[in-house]
Order: sequence, then structure tokens, then C-alpha cells
Amino acid sequence: MHNNTIAELAEGLTNKTFSSEELTRHYLDRIKTLDGQFNSFITITGELALAQARRADARLANGDAAPLTGIPIAHKDIFCTDGVKTSCGSKMLDNFIPPYNAKVIEQFNQAGAVILGKTNMDEFAMGSSNESSFYGAVKNPWDTRCVPGGSSGGSAAAVAALLAPAATGTDTGGSIRQPAALCGLTGLKPTYGRVSRYGMIAFASSLDQGGPMTRSAEDAALMLNVMAAFDPRDSTCIDQAVPDYSATLNDKLDGLRIGLPREYFGDGLDPEIEQAIQAAIKEFEAMGATVKEVSLPHTELSVPCYYIVAPSEASANLSRFDGVRYGYRCENPKDLQDLYTRTRAEGFGDEVKRRILVGSYALSAGYYDAYYRKAMQLRRMIKNDFMACFDEVDVIMGPTTPNPAFGLGEKTNDPVTMYLEDIYTIAVNLAGLPGMSIPAGMTGGKPVGLQLIGNYFSEARLLNIGHRYQQATDWHQQIAAAAGGEK
Amino acid sequence: MQWETVIGLEVHVQLATKSKIFSGASTTFGAAPNTQACAIDLAMPGTLPVVNEQALRYAIMFGLAINAEINQRSVFDRKNYFYPDLPKGYQTTQLDHPIVGPGVVEIPLSDGSHKSVRIHHAHLEEDAGKSLHDDFHGMSGIDLNRAGTPLIEIVSEPDMRNAEEAIAFAKKLHAIVTSLGISDGEMAQGSMRFDVNVSVRPKGQNEYGTRTETKNLNSFRFMEKAIALEVARQIDLIEDGGSVKQETRLYNGDTGEARSMRSKEEANDYRYFPCPDLLPVEIDDAVIQELRDNLPELPDAKAARFIARYGLSDYDAELLSSDRATAEYYETVVKACDDSKLAANWVSGELSARLNADETSIAHSPVTAPQLAGLIVRIKDNTISGKIAKQVFEAMWNREGDADTIIESKGLKQMSDSGELEAIVDQVLADNPDVVEQYRAADDKKRKKLLGGFMGPIMKATKGQANPGMVNQILVKKLNT
Repeated sequence: MHNNTIAELAEGLTNKTFSSEELTRHYLDRIKTLDGQFNSFITITGELALAQARRADARLANGDAAPLTGIPIAHKDIFCTDGVKTSCGSKMLDNFIPPYNAKVIEQFNQAGAVILGKTNMDEFAMGSSNESSFYGAVKNPWDTRCVPGGSSGGSAAAVAALLAPAATGTDTGGSIRQPAALCGLTGLKPTYGRVSRYGMIAFASSLDQGGPMTRSAEDAALMLNVMAAFDPRDSTCIDQAVPDYSATLNDKLDGLRIGLPREYFGDGLDPEIEQAIQAAIKEFEAMGATVKEVSLPHTELSVPCYYIVAPSEASANLSRFDGVRYGYRCENPKDLQDLYTRTRAEGFGDEVKRRILVGSYALSAGYYDAYYRKAMQLRRMIKNDFMACFDEVDVIMGPTTPNPAFGLGEKTNDPVTMYLEDIYTIAVNLAGLPGMSIPAGMTGGKPVGLQLIGNYFSEARLLNIGHRYQQATDWHQQIAAAAGGEK
Repeated sequence: MQWETVIGLEVHVQLATKSKIFSGASTTFGAAPNTQACAIDLAMPGTLPVVNEQALRYAIMFGLAINAEINQRSVFDRKNYFYPDLPKGYQTTQLDHPIVGPGVVEIPLSDGSHKSVRIHHAHLEEDAGKSLHDDFHGMSGIDLNRAGTPLIEIVSEPDMRNAEEAIAFAKKLHAIVTSLGISDGEMAQGSMRFDVNVSVRPKGQNEYGTRTETKNLNSFRFMEKAIALEVARQIDLIEDGGSVKQETRLYNGDTGEARSMRSKEEANDYRYFPCPDLLPVEIDDAVIQELRDNLPELPDAKAARFIARYGLSDYDAELLSSDRATAEYYETVVKACDDSKLAANWVSGELSARLNADETSIAHSPVTAPQLAGLIVRIKDNTISGKIAKQVFEAMWNREGDADTIIESKGLKQMSDSGELEAIVDQVLADNPDVVEQYRAADDKKRKKLLGGFMGPIMKATKGQANPGMVNQILVKKLNT
């Protein structure tokens, strides 16, 4: 069963080949047996999952099932789950059990999906390797000596190891697309405002966006059909009709205009990844697409821009973790100052502290104009770069990451090198555009990700392009040996 | 040396919305601690703010009332600092793009003239919770009921030159916001709080002196005292060869003393930046026009109407239009008793004095407007005299019932039986034959005075219940025969 996509599993449920309870037990067993080597889950919600599965089976029996009814899903531990610990990968929230669901969780509950558990992640989604988690590093199923990427590394590893048919992730600077690329998955970051952020613990509010991590574009469409919804509780959520993302998957690609940004193919790109991307482009040309070079001149500046904007917002967003109302509190604080200082010193990890400090610095009196204001100006220029491209092309393609999965511990002592892993993904968040990574080759036994960037609200087109590619290729069907490829 | 005081005010006004500025929790005052704080007010992880549209409308109404520019695009910013009653670790406020731009408030001065005080801007922000420092075994308690209550902060230019002007300005703002119905104006509950910026300079000097800010004064009286104290302190400092340091000060209403809270050097760096969870607020022309068209009567217009319609003096009109509750009370009384002058005298006199003495507001007056009207009707129809009426009012204040009940039960009805009164007058005249003699020998002017002399013993004999008009008539008749 675990080799199947959501679409195939849904068919099995409808045809009564197996029940949701059986399916759920199967995945829970796999998690129990196999996750020791990957560490992809922080919390396994066995009882909740089985209860939801039985309800789903009732719905299936009654014939009022939705496409995801009975499908087990893993959720990044950044989405608040009513009655289930939501840690955000941090000691700070190790004891935090929210009394409410994130909008995304509500949507899945309404669809009748099953919550398998909460996946590991970089602490407060700050990281590109899943090594900053309080719950330990996650290992890449393709090579357990390597990182799965981050920050949605637990979700990526869980799906790649076939411990869940699909998972949710969040993407602030590449946190869905980069781990999807490193683990051979399809990962979609929707347009900013497409998916509600309510109940999704904020890292950088103007950049964060939830999205699906799946084994195919078809599955990603099924997931996004559930996740995308207007939510009046999130003022940045955009009230725009949600199309049926599955309906247009098979549209033809004739005349599709593809842009290749020259800045995405320069120094620093692994040559084998470049070859894989070029091969994928050839595939699209064979399907009737035209290709032209475009330019995103501020690409190089997107990393410093991001590392002003994101930490600035984070420095304020994380102020609420003060030991006063919930979460970690240091023992025996002697006064208020001590309560704050020790709670935050003990509750946050190094990467989180680093970013809070960077953000506080960038916003401080006398530096605001030089850093934050400049970064905001740059952000507009980065957006304008994309807009200029979309005058000429329908979709921008390039590598998702400059390198394949790197070794555990390899970049932890060099934050800037780590930050540069996100060079191709970060600008998409700064512009608020949708971006998707799909598997497009292998290098040294590790997956390569092709990134597709579209104009605002072009998710349906991106999924269509990804699906057509996946109809013509089988990179997305490759399975990591550690996942046990047998049916 | 002659010193001139320069005063600017920052006024926080709680808006009378049903729910908070960024959440659906109730804003009702006085609930048990933390029973009116939802997940958003508690800054639970993942929760997000949504702006209360009514708060925006109220802020715009204030702007329109002071003829200010309404900024059709305003931005909420985060003001970062740690404090336990500030759950998010930042206050959401407006810094560079406030909703209300420059405007003007006219204030009346005691010499009958008026003065314009310029408003720099007014912005929207959220209130913090409350820290409670007693009864927690060495810990502090936090009550977040108030956290997220919508405020407008009104910032004046330094246009006031003494405490009287500052108080007049504060009272005028109170009148405006209560007339608009955008705030309940309950000072005792913190609905209006004043930060007073004070500096002094030698008379004739153009540059301002160094200012201090005395924070969180919640009554006109405290404001007056705090200003007097601070002006005296600054002048003493300078005259002793020292200089004023820019600082924030706290005034203690109980001790009547003030102390420095923090110096400029100790001031926080609030690291303001635009709140990414809230989009800039865009206001349509249509919304502004609709609010303008439906703006309630403002205090100045109301005062003018009171003068024209009810024949009130400037003073009474100003006083009775000073806040919506008072104006409504007054007009209810007038309607029920049909005597605008008597109604004005009672509302601005006895009632107002009693409210002040008990430190309560007209909204909580134990004597309702219909009750006061009932009392005035009895004065008008001569059932009781004005003097007895004060006695009845006192009983009404003590919730002993309405005027008729009290007059009846206490037997305060005016004595208007001419036979009874004649007997009493005869007795008093018989007891004072020499005065009667004097009266008869005196001229008109002196007679009037002597006539008054008989009133005392007659009132005493009737426990004040004699109808003074009738007594007068009887006296004149008897003395002139």
C-alpha cells in the first residue's frame, strides 16, 4: 500500500480494497518500525489517527467521502493541532498543547483525512538541513548520512521513506521546495495568501506559506484542493476563488513559454544538477514548449535581503515566547529579567538566537534605514524582476538547489554557506510567488529538484506542467532503498 | 524672572467597541481577571490579528470632529518591548502613517475667549493588560482582560501655556469623544488617560525648554496637580542653577508626589517596523462621507443650540454640552419639566456638585433625569419651595424614592393654607411689636429688609414648609393695615 500515491490509495478506499483503518495501521506500523533511522516524526498520533480512520470509514460507507477522506497525512509540527503537542521543533514549545487547530488542520479534518503525526522540523522553521531541531536531526532516506533539507525536513523524509503518503510543509525561503528536491518529492509553495496562516506558528509573517509535499504533482493538486481556502482570521489571506487543481492537470503544454534565468545557471551550481535540469528542459521542448533565457538581476541580493527581512520579522514574532503564559519557563526565576533571560537562553537553540539577534539589530534605531528599509526596497526590485520575466514567459524554470543533499554536520558551523543553499528559492518568497520543486534526475544516488516558478495564483498551471512532466518521466517514482521499495 | 509654561498632551482614549481591536473578545469593564482574553489576546502561537472595523470608524469620526485630514492609507506598526502584560512582546500601534492627520480643537478660556490647540495626529493602537502586584506571594498577577482594547492616542502640539488651558483641552476632548459616542469617557475606569509634556522657558524666549513627560494621569484634578508640581520643580531646578533632564515621570495621586521613571538614556529602543500580519488600512471616500454625514452633534454646535433654544447663558450651555451623557440628561429633564432654566440650574448646580463630591459620573447618578424633572415640577407648582427641594433632592440621592413619595412620606408639602399661615403670621407679629413699629415708620427700602426679618421666625415655626410667596402677601397685607 505504501508505494501508492494518494490518488491510488483513494481508489483503494473507494473500491473497499482496504479500509482507512487498515491503511492507517499500516502506516503507523511502518513509522514504528522504520522511523528510528530517519527521526522524521516528533509526535505520532496513533489513537487520534485510528479514531479519525474509523470515522473516515463510516463516511466512505455512507458515500459522503471527499477525495482525501481516509487518507493518512503527516503534518509539520508548525501547524497547531487541538489537543496534540505542537512544538515547532523547539524546547520552548516542548510542553505546548494548543487548544485550537490551524486552519490547514481544520481543512484536512473537514476533508476526512487522517492525522498520522507531527513531523520534525528545524527549530521555528529556521534552517535548511533540519539539524536545528530540538528533537535531533532528520536523516535523508536516500542516504542517511545526509540531511533531508529543511526546514520541512521531517515531512520530506517521512514521505520519501513512505511513512506517509503525503505531508504538509511550510516555506519561508525554500522550506518546502528544498527538502522536496533533496528527498525526491514534489513540493509546492503556493502564492502568498493562498493558504491561511492561522494556527501556523509564525517565523516570518510576510514570507511564510503552507503547502503540500507529495510523491506526485497529481497528489499535490489533491492536497492543495484541501489546503487552499479563504480564511477571514488571516488578514493576509486572499479571498479568491479556489480552482479545482486536479481538473487541469492534463492540459497540453503546447506553446508554453519557459524562461531560464541566467543567474540560476552560473557559478556554484553542481554540474550534474545543471545537466539534469537541461535534460528536463529538453523534455518540455519535446512536449511543445519554447525556451528562452531571461534575467533575474537581483538574485544574488535576494539572500542578504531575506536575511534582513525574515530575522526582523522573526525577532518580533518570537517575543511572545517569554515564559509567562505557556511553553518553557526557566526554573526558579529570581525576578522578571531573570525569567526572560534564562527562559529564552535555555528555550531557544543557537540558530534561532542568531536570527533574533540579527533581526533586532537590523530594526534598531540608527540601523533601520540602512538595513530594513533597504531590504524592503530591494524586495520590490526582486518582485519587479519576476514581473518583467512574466511579460515574456509563462513559467520560470531552474534548479531548486545548487547542490544535492549534503552531509550531516557539514555546514552547521558555517551559516552563510548554509544560507546560500536557498539562493534559488528565497526570491520566490520575497516576491510572494508560487514555486514548485519536482524530481528531475539523480546525482550520485541522490535526487535532483527542478524548480518551477509561476505568476501569482498560477498553481494550477504549475501543477499541470509538473504532472505532464511526470507522465513523460519516472524520476518521481524512484524510491529510496531505505524506504524498502516493495509493494 | 518671568517663566512661561509650555504644555503638550498625549491622550489615550479607549474606544467603545464591543470587541477588541484585533480579536473578538469582549471589552466590557470589570469582569473577573482573564475571562475576557481569547487565544489572540494571549498571543498563543499561530494566532493572528484582524482589525476591528468599528475601531477604524470611530477613529475616523474623531478625525472628522476635529476637522483633521483622514489618512486614507494608514499602517499598523509593531512597537517591541518585553513586559508581562504585553503578551506578544510588541504593541501594535501606528507610527509613520496614523489614521488621523493634523486637526484643531477649540478650547474655552475663563476670560470668555477661545483658543485653538493644534492636534499633531491621532493613531490607533491596542491597550496592554494589567499587572497586579499584591496578593500573589511575591509574584505578580497578570490580567489580560484589557489587553487589545482599542485606543486612539491623540497627540497635541505644545500649544498650551498653563494648567487651565491643559484642563480645558482635556475636557474638550472628553466632550468630543463622548458626544461622538466613540468612548464612554469613564475616567475612573481608565477610559481616558493623559500623558503631559511640560517644559518652561523665560518669557519671551522662542526656543522650547527641555521637556518631561508625566504619564498616565487619569483625572483632570491629578492632571492639574501634576502640572503645577512639575512646573514648580522645573523652575526651582533652573533657578538653582541646574537644568531639566528629559525624562519620563510618574505622578502618584495618593501621595501627590511625582518621581522620575526613566531618563532619556534609559528609554527603550522600540525597533518599530510595519506589522506584517496586517495589511495597510485603505479607507474609501464613501466611508468617510458616510461617517461625515452621520456625525452626531458636536459639543460646540450643541452649546449654540442650547443657547438659542433654551435661552441658557454661555456658561451653562458650555457646561451642559460638555459631554453627551450630561447633555442627554439635561434635555430629558427639560422635556419632562418644561422649564429649561430651572433644569439648567439643577443639573449644573445641585446635581453636578453632588456628582463631584461623590466622584461619580452622570451615567451613574442615583437621581435619574425623570426623577429630577419630577422634583422640578413640584417646585414649579408650588408644592415645595426651592429650599425644601434641596432636602428632597438629598433624599432622592440616597435612593429613598422619587420626589412625590419623599414629599409625601416626610410631610414636606408646602403650607399654602391661608388661614393656617395667617395665624402663624399673627403670632409672629404679636411676638415682635417693636419691629412692627419700626416697619410702619420706615421707608420702602427699609421696609423690604424688615419684611425679610419676619421670614426667619415664620419659616422656623413651619419647619420651612410655609409658601414664601403667600407669607409675603399676608405679611404685607397685615402690616399695611
